[in-house]
Amino acid sequence: MIAAMRWLVRALLLIFFLGGIAWFHHVRTHRPQRVEAATRDGILLVGNGSEPGTLDPHLATGQPEHHIFHAIFEGLVAPAPENPDANGPGAAVSWTHENFTTWTFKLQPQGKWSDGTPVTSEDFLYSYRRILTAQLAADYANMLYPMLNAEAYHTGKLKDFTQVGVKAIDPLTLQITLAGPAPYLPSMLKHYSWFPVPKHAIEKHGKMTDRNTRWTRAGNLVCNGPFVLSSWRINQAVETLRNPHYWDATSVKLNGVTFIPIVSDTTEERAFLDGQLHLTQTLPLAKIPGYRENRPDFYRDEPLLSTYFYRVNTTKKPFDNPKVRRALAMAIDRESICRNILRAGQKPATGLTPPGCGVGYQTPDVMHFDPAAARQLLNEAGFPDGKNFPTFDILINTNEAHRTIAEAVQSMWKQHLKIPVRVLNQDWGVYLESQRKLEYDVCRAGWVGDYLDPSTFLALWKTGDGNNNTGWGSARYDALLSQSFLEGDPAKRFTTLQEAETHMLEESPILPIYWYVRSYLVHPSVKGLLPSLLEHRCYKAVEFKL
Amino acid sequence: MIRFLLSRFIQGIVVIFAVITITFLILRASPGGPFRSERTLSPEVLARKMEYYGFDKPIPVQLWRHLVHYATFQFPESQVFAGRTVDEIIISGFPISAAIALPALLLALCIGVPMGAQAALRPNTLEDRASQLAATIGICTPSMVLGPVLAILFGLKLRWFNSSGWFDGSDWVLPSITLGLIYSAYIARLTRGSLRETLAQEFIRTARAKGADNTTIIFRHALKLACLPVLNFLGPAAAGLLTGSFIVETVFQLPGLGQFFIASAINNDQELLIAISAFYAVLIVSFNLMVDILQAWLNPRIRLQA
Repeated sequence: MIAAMRWLVRALLLIFFLGGIAWFHHVRTHRPQRVEAATRDGILLVGNGSEPGTLDPHLATGQPEHHIFHAIFEGLVAPAPENPDANGPGAAVSWTHENFTTWTFKLQPQGKWSDGTPVTSEDFLYSYRRILTAQLAADYANMLYPMLNAEAYHTGKLKDFTQVGVKAIDPLTLQITLAGPAPYLPSMLKHYSWFPVPKHAIEKHGKMTDRNTRWTRAGNLVCNGPFVLSSWRINQAVETLRNPHYWDATSVKLNGVTFIPIVSDTTEERAFLDGQLHLTQTLPLAKIPGYRENRPDFYRDEPLLSTYFYRVNTTKKPFDNPKVRRALAMAIDRESICRNILRAGQKPATGLTPPGCGVGYQTPDVMHFDPAAARQLLNEAGFPDGKNFPTFDILINTNEAHRTIAEAVQSMWKQHLKIPVRVLNQDWGVYLESQRKLEYDVCRAGWVGDYLDPSTFLALWKTGDGNNNTGWGSARYDALLSQSFLEGDPAKRFTTLQEAETHMLEESPILPIYWYVRSYLVHPSVKGLLPSLLEHRCYKAVEFKL
Repeated sequence: MIRFLLSRFIQGIVVIFAVITITFLILRASPGGPFRSERTLSPEVLARKMEYYGFDKPIPVQLWRHLVHYATFQFPESQVFAGRTVDEIIISGFPISAAIALPALLLALCIGVPMGAQAALRPNTLEDRASQLAATIGICTPSMVLGPVLAILFGLKLRWFNSSGWFDGSDWVLPSITLGLIYSAYIARLTRGSLRETLAQEFIRTARAKGADNTTIIFRHALKLACLPVLNFLGPAAAGLLTGSFIVETVFQLPGLGQFFIASAINNDQELLIAISAFYAVLIVSFNLMVDILQAWLNPRIRLQA
């Protein structure tokens, strides 16, 4: 009897336990996914890479900030809803120009800051003065250098800001005068360094040039974009809600955008599959081919205005010889790197400026894989069959993907040119320092364009430019570039820039390898999020449709 | 006892300031400079930034300023998270790391001690071998493997918990289990070894000879002593857990201290790195002191001496 009771108790306990698990399973699996709830509430959940350092458009430098700024701030020109790379009305309703040099912007009559105060041309004046004041130490101040006297004011050569090429004609008319014709100015104005910042909010928390005050905190931040910052929990989420004072508030379809910082790409992918994100920032490299083939409903890739290349130290022998550099360039099989190693739709770079970098600009088709010609050039440079060629290093910053590419290039150079190459990796800080001090032979690099014009890539290679870091300089190149900055005819300007780029590529201080592609996942219910070379997002055009 | 505490307190303060000094010097000696960016900054911008964060002063002046700031609780600003002081960041991350660490420690003890004890009491049996195998697997499994496995199984497949993030009240469960299981393996091995050693000692034989029953021997005499190495391990382990496990926090996307710690090293955010190192030192010092006091209480042969 007691034994039977004991068994009964055990059986009951077991039933109770299993029942508990079944109940728990039922309850937990029937809770709504975050994405479902957010879709119902009209909130877009965006994976956003790392935590933003600041939400001050004049002090920010990174991609995560760039994505947030497109929701909460707006420049004179904004990404157009039908094509984010095209120029749509933003804080300015329309604009005209004289010879691409004097630009007049009519501001939105209904333009307001998120606290209801009107956005006026004085706000732009204040903003440009702020970013150009050396005391603020804004990394991106040089983005404003095309403006007349902006550089002189920033570097302290000019003390009087009224001499800088920006004028408030009346509260709703702003005039920007440039140092030379720049047809690409509207595209440049979409970069956050040109965005207006609210004087009244900034000066409530400190002086104009005080760095890092509390004006960017939720509750203090006043902005002029379609959304307004509602909360900022560090390393958790930046939440924005619809801005009722936005001039085009009726077109805004979402109720808010939440940016979630997720550094690890595998964690981000899992969060997406778990229904926690509508949109990822990236995808683990190894997973891209699988998604491309099997999940066309989620997977997207789009070209970026960004180039992966190698710098060559032209101050070092034997790399001071253009023939040697050209031979190195011609012995890289870019097609094979893109097809067999990268496998995410990257395009082999035949030149430096990526396709689409300026409407009507044709990137020179110079970089080709031609091992026979490469050997011939090396022969002419005095290294027949690679004989006596000194051993040299390809410098990379520590990263598996860079290593794989470097090893591929290493084996191509060994195979086709029979020259001894090693791969050397350094920690990020040391690597940057080695590049700057020209303490390398060949080194990996990347460049992201800031606006749609070849000059965002070509200005780097002027003699002595702070970002050149190859030791290369050419009077002809400098002259062509200067000429392009004075040229008022867009077609002629492009011809000049093309000539400059061709000349530079033939000299090969850099070896372009591929043009980047961004691969990411997006929930099928998200509509209106269109591809952009500059990763510009027009959030007001985004909506949910099931 | 008071003299002991006072002396340890003073030693602790010296250790903490030594950690701040050493971390500071190592960071200042590291190559690359404090403001790393792929785009070259203009000399004017760089100079102004150096001035803002105090990098323009001579190293001894900088160090002295740091020590004074820490001594007066006026903490510096992070170089990466603009406008946030380092204590603000630690205060935001620490509760999350603690919310993961405390259940993890509890779980590690609840699994580790009984498992180790069971194995020690039945040496070389199937149970012993099985528990040793489990412990070895636990020690060898890195959290970067166990974490994703649990996230995929209980998050993506069964959908019991969120696979990542810090949004729901239940988001501590999977990270705590990940950490707890791994730590329980260490504790099980420590308990087994130490209990077996204790059981072989003479005072246990004496107790048996006096006719004490097995339960009394194990629970009143042996386990108390066998816990000492476990306690020794728990001090630093608890400090490590509380300052956050970077891998687990990354796998589960938790905004805890561990993520800030590693991010500060990667971004070269020297102020934050110094602050978290100092905070870690504070925890280690406090936990070691607690362990010493507990040990004296558990083992009458240990006397606390200043």
